[in-house]
Amino acid sequence: MAMINTRDILETIKMIEEEHLDIRTITMGISLRDLASDDINVLSRKIYDKVTSRAEKLVATGEQIERELGIPIIHKRISVTPIAMIGATTNATSYVPIAQALDRAAATTGVNFVGGFSALVQKGFAKGDAVLLDSIPEALATTNCVCSSVNVASTKAGINLDAIERMGRVIKETAEITKDNGSMGCAKLVVFANAVDDNPFMAGAFHGIGEPETVINVGVSGPGVVQAAIKRAGDCPINEVAEIIKKTAFKITRMGQLVGTIASERLGVPFGIVDLSLAPTPAIGDSVARILEEVGLETCGGCGTTAILAMLNDAVKKGGVMASSSVGGLSGAFIPVSEDEGMIAAVREGALCMEKLEAMTAVCSVGIDMVAVPGDTTAEVISGLIADEIAIGVVNNKTTAVRVIPAVGKQVGDTVEFGGLLGSAPIMPISTKSPAKFIHRGGRIPAPIHSLKN
Amino acid sequence: MRAVITVVGKDRTGIIATISDALYKFNVNILDISQNVMDDMFAMVMFVDISKSTVEFDKLTNAMEAVSIELGMKIHCMHEDIFNAMHRI
Repeated sequence: MAMINTRDILETIKMIEEEHLDIRTITMGISLRDLASDDINVLSRKIYDKVTSRAEKLVATGEQIERELGIPIIHKRISVTPIAMIGATTNATSYVPIAQALDRAAATTGVNFVGGFSALVQKGFAKGDAVLLDSIPEALATTNCVCSSVNVASTKAGINLDAIERMGRVIKETAEITKDNGSMGCAKLVVFANAVDDNPFMAGAFHGIGEPETVINVGVSGPGVVQAAIKRAGDCPINEVAEIIKKTAFKITRMGQLVGTIASERLGVPFGIVDLSLAPTPAIGDSVARILEEVGLETCGGCGTTAILAMLNDAVKKGGVMASSSVGGLSGAFIPVSEDEGMIAAVREGALCMEKLEAMTAVCSVGIDMVAVPGDTTAEVISGLIADEIAIGVVNNKTTAVRVIPAVGKQVGDTVEFGGLLGSAPIMPISTKSPAKFIHRGGRIPAPIHSLKN
Repeated sequence: MRAVITVVGKDRTGIIATISDALYKFNVNILDISQNVMDDMFAMVMFVDISKSTVEFDKLTNAMEAVSIELGMKIHCMHEDIFNAMHRI
């Protein structure tokens, strides 16, 4: 009878106990495409009923797996079909009642976030899309667990500048309406280029239109495990560091695959993907910035940061791909500022600026994430920031996103506290030079030449 | 179905007795034990067969947690699948 090596057992336990290894999220995707009604209240009730019945056992099953395997599963979450598509069956002028129904469904099922208060407008606005965008500020202000995302561009469609202009205003309005809460609404709102259909991570998760009726997607984490492994390796060439990261990513992803397989069996729902992202938390020893520093930077944000991050992001994918039957989502390294203890420290020290952060997003997954800027930043500047970030994604054929918080009443030097995993964000300086003329031109930036692959 | 129970802490009398007593109550069979005592630190890895267990896995985990408090030691009780997944291809 084959026994497992004692050293391997102790390694696993050490990763969990000391290095913050966890399954970050089990996210159940639920299609709402079969729901329609002329009446927004009837539709909201149907949505509540479907979500609560499909996800009834999600949290209990997650907790059971957690106890059997001894691995923490931090979040159990739900993603739904972009609400703009479902809301469009009504003639309502606001989808806030749907957001509130989703919030109630979150409370009933015990999940901590529901993603999918979303619209896909990369090529233009269909019925429902404008209503959804207009509903975002109030929806986020009057709910606790609902997350919103808007896809404004893709490599295939180009960049919808009208949508970017609107999102600048939506973000400002969301900040204003949630100002008593640190402009918290903006922490639950993401603007995407090339948004993915099977992302299990919030705030950007939604159940894509090509997805099955229901699906289980798993997001793994483990920046601390990677950092510890690099530290143990000591002085070695960078290619060996890449190998260590690959091996570590493999182990982490295998765990995600195992949890996803078990959850899908027990819930009777097909298993979608493992998203093998290094997702930091504000806890010490759970930071992506500290991995970069472990490799050899005085501080994250200095010269060399982009190169190391590129290597890290690539090695994580390579290690993970073999470990899972299906890798998807965003898969790479996340660099949210407020959720990463090392990133926060780097910003406080003045070592990490907005421009460097933008460069970093060109080589890793996601983008300008959980960044707080002064409350008096104009809507046009925010739209300009979004346009720049989105252009990086469109031209490089990858997902990029902006989750920016113009914290009302705050200035550079202040900090805005979100609490929990959302952490705390030092206000970062941002250029105040106006891109207003560009933003108000409107229209669509055509898709880049390399989108023509057929 | 097998599980791995690990025990780490300051050595004392009755560690194995207490744990095996709890396992016996649930009809869990001990397959293998490997242990080390370094100075006064006790470390043990135990493989157990849970296929004839009279209780659900999480009850067993709860029982091991109770034992861990009783003994003042750190005890983990985990399904073997997690180790197979991570360390075997």
